[in-house]
Amino acid sequence: MTDTVSTQSDDTRADAPARNQWWDVWDQFKTHKGAMFGAGFFIFVILGVYLGPYLWTIDPTYIDIRARNSGPTMAHPFGTDQLGRDMLARMMAGGQTSISVGLTAMALALLLGTLVGVLAGYFKRIDGLLMRTTDLFLALPLLPLLLVMVMLFRQPLSASFGPETGIFILIVTAIGVTSWMPTARIVRGDVLALKEREFVLAARSIGTRPGKMILRHILPNVMSPIMVSATLGIATAIITESALSFLGLGFPPDFPTWGRLLFDATDFMQQHPERVMWPGLAISLTVLSVNYMGDGLRDALDPRIRGL
Amino acid sequence: MLDAPKSDRKLVAVENLKMHFPIHTGLFRRHTGDVKAVDGVSFDIYEGETLGLVGESGCGKSTCGRAVLRLYDITDGSINIDGDEIGSTPQGQLRGKRPTMQMVFQDPQASLNPRMTVQAIIQEPLDEHTNLSKEEKRAKVLDLMDQVGLNRKFAGRYPHAFSGGQRQRIGIARALALNPKFIVCDEPIAALDVSIQAQVVNLLEDLQQEFGLTYLFISHDLSMVRHIATRVAVMYLGKIVELATREALYDAPLHPYTKALLSAVPEPDPDLHDTMDRTILTGDVPSPANPPKGCNFCTRCPAVMDICKQEDPEYREVLPGQFVACHHYNGITDAAEIIAASEAQ
Repeated sequence: MTDTVSTQSDDTRADAPARNQWWDVWDQFKTHKGAMFGAGFFIFVILGVYLGPYLWTIDPTYIDIRARNSGPTMAHPFGTDQLGRDMLARMMAGGQTSISVGLTAMALALLLGTLVGVLAGYFKRIDGLLMRTTDLFLALPLLPLLLVMVMLFRQPLSASFGPETGIFILIVTAIGVTSWMPTARIVRGDVLALKEREFVLAARSIGTRPGKMILRHILPNVMSPIMVSATLGIATAIITESALSFLGLGFPPDFPTWGRLLFDATDFMQQHPERVMWPGLAISLTVLSVNYMGDGLRDALDPRIRGL
Repeated sequence: MLDAPKSDRKLVAVENLKMHFPIHTGLFRRHTGDVKAVDGVSFDIYEGETLGLVGESGCGKSTCGRAVLRLYDITDGSINIDGDEIGSTPQGQLRGKRPTMQMVFQDPQASLNPRMTVQAIIQEPLDEHTNLSKEEKRAKVLDLMDQVGLNRKFAGRYPHAFSGGQRQRIGIARALALNPKFIVCDEPIAALDVSIQAQVVNLLEDLQQEFGLTYLFISHDLSMVRHIATRVAVMYLGKIVELATREALYDAPLHPYTKALLSAVPEPDPDLHDTMDRTILTGDVPSPANPPKGCNFCTRCPAVMDICKQEDPEYREVLPGQFVACHHYNGITDAAEIIAASEAQ
């Protein structure tokens, strides 16, 4: 202690609270060009679909039958569909639904998957039960299951939450509960390996309780696979929602989503290829930007890559 | 340490400690046997002393150390630490006892969470067992970093940015955070290079003098144990074969295994090195899942007798303070006879 008193003057900075770690994460994230580009594009898309309707005020359901099937013009930059509804407005309205479905369903799947994976990996007693449940869900045929769910719950949910919110809840739950299994398996595998590491043993020798152990030692170390699952999950959720809309099981026909727009446009692909391109591009680019973002975030969250 | 004040109070008393890991085989995962990693070990550690625990790889040293801290649920035996029997206490009730006993781990790379800063790592025991405010905890962590010789500026860094020796210091600071009485050092220097080993061992000695700590020092480095330990226990295949004070064990070992182990220590003098009479053991350590009948060491012992292959030798105090498990000393109690029996091997 005595020698530190003498060097106190040049060590004063060390005694000040350390710099917030999230600044270091941000510094590292900034160095990943793809991630910055992805994040920029994703923010652009989100702003576009949520704030765009205030600038481009045409109602996406307004039918102007005389302007139907028009190509890109000044009045309709993305063209119109077969009923003369403005494609740009429909893209923005559809984007709102698709992105919120994607994010919410991904969050739900991630929560379920991480919960099941961590519990199964950490507590040996419930491992068998949880993993057999996971296998059961993996073995379920997805589309018939979704079909039954939609059949059974569409009416009661629509009645209690209104048609749009009801369907939204239904779709998000349906996608969420059918896509958590890969995350659970990956997380369980990582937790099993982590549990045997010495720092977990060290924490046990301190007397850390299981709950704290998971939050402090296990979860931060399984962030990488969870981040990867998350970014892939958004993509899968958007695509599954498109598939459901495509089969007529998703949102009502007059309610635009990117998947529904794509489905509607396939009939006119020969005459008006641009109508397939807009929703297709929107889905692919959003998914791509989210993937890049996840990549950068995973690197930024790892102190070893961050180089501190 | 010769000059360390040796108290007569037993801080740790381990009696007949057994740690068996079950083997399950076949389609129905039937219990078909046990790996007897620790098989009936008894020793006492007096307050303020360092008990060295030596033995070759896989003999159960680390398992023994971890079992003493109840990081495992032990198969049998009693462990008494600082007046409390913890041998059969459920894990949930051990929490209150944890601050008294801490551990320093072998691999300083693996024993620190790569996602936590040094500050968070050293602070973890404080988070778990104290109600200090954030500032008090930070002050305590910086204090601990001073004590183990780490620069305070490093508090915000992550473990991967440190060298092995520095990481081991972080591990030691974490073990010290709750002012423990008893620390199990599980090969704390095995992963470090020689110059750093000396630093870490000296640090451990300084801390022992400053805080009156009691160590169980597990190592396979005989010369380092000779430097730090007050008494030394030699383990072979899950059992202690000899336990004696440092001087007695290094000067006049009684058990044939201890003799073989000591004769394997490198000799720096080239002339002596060429001429010295080494006891070289042949063969491998038998599997702890299937130990030999009789004495565990009978398959490799240079002085094996018929009785060794039939009966397990009793672990008993042959000379005052010197415990040996060997049939060569059966029925003799006189010191001169014992030395004669030892030389006769």
